[in-house]
Amino acid sequence: MAEPSTFSSARAAFLGGVRSALTSVFLLVLGGTYIGIGALAHDFGFSAWWLALSTVLVWAAPAQVILLSALGAGSALFEAAIAVTLSAIRLFPMVVALLPLLRDEKRRLSHLLLPTHFTSVSMWVESLRLLPALPREWRLAFCNGLSVGYLSTAVAFGFVGFYLAAGLPTLLAGALLFLTPMSFLLSTARGARAMVDRGALLLGLVIGPVLAWYHVELDLMWTGIVGGTLAYAVHRMREAAS
Amino acid sequence: MSALGDLSPYLVLILVGFLPNEVWRLLGLVLARGLNEDSEWVVWSRAVATAILAGVIAKLVLFSAGALAAIPLAVRIGATGAGFVAFLAIRRSIFAGVLVGEAVLLLGGFFFAR
Repeated sequence: MAEPSTFSSARAAFLGGVRSALTSVFLLVLGGTYIGIGALAHDFGFSAWWLALSTVLVWAAPAQVILLSALGAGSALFEAAIAVTLSAIRLFPMVVALLPLLRDEKRRLSHLLLPTHFTSVSMWVESLRLLPALPREWRLAFCNGLSVGYLSTAVAFGFVGFYLAAGLPTLLAGALLFLTPMSFLLSTARGARAMVDRGALLLGLVIGPVLAWYHVELDLMWTGIVGGTLAYAVHRMREAAS
Repeated sequence: MSALGDLSPYLVLILVGFLPNEVWRLLGLVLARGLNEDSEWVVWSRAVATAILAGVIAKLVLFSAGALAAIPLAVRIGATGAGFVAFLAIRRSIFAGVLVGEAVLLLGGFFFAR
């Protein structure tokens, strides 16, 4: 990659961001994830364009998987919305951590709307890694280019997964659908460095299906609140004990 | 999509997908100053989000729909376990874990599919 500080214009910085996205290791993970989500959308009877728009508007793979599976399984709209919003709380601290890197005396708040909307795991990890080395004036354009690169990749692979699932024999279509739980389990496990996150992962894996098995109303919301709070309580008690 | 009722799927996407998700980003934009990433509130919210996602993952494997449901439950659980073990064994590589999980699923599905 070219030395990032040599950009001559905002346009060059934007293209530099796109290039950085298309050559990043996240591209493979993102491609696999959205192939799986595309297959899921097909399986639950959504249209390919609905999925594409959901990728642009929601732009958070976990929320999209929750949305697809809740709506597809016939959950109440209210219940799906609660589960989506609980899964999205983590975006709040991410935005809080990202924006100070992009802020600049001349820019108004409205300039930060796009990077705010684009904030998601892949873009956030790469932005925090790459932006500090850039001159402040090019950061916003670079960050937007990076996001557009990731987002277009996700939309494209969503279509790929959707039409693959439509055309493949059952066994292979099943394997595509399996991409989502498998890759999410591993990426969540990898991201869960702190004990509290590992506890929450384990508790969610157990509580989620139990509540679903007994047809508890708002099962996803309770999985999050009960599992997350239990894991947090254990973490506080361990801290107090040490 | 029976729960959609008479609402247009695109309206549902805005109301149930976009807005409940976006509100947290906008809140971050408005309140961006002075929140520590290690604050207790952030730790709790991350734990809640992780537990929800874990619940969804488990439900997708255990109560599969469509094409994945044609592969027996024992194979789905075995493949998930094998993928996870491979992930732990091979330098916590997501790629290796997914590859092994998928291979076990395909083999199991091939021999035991209903």
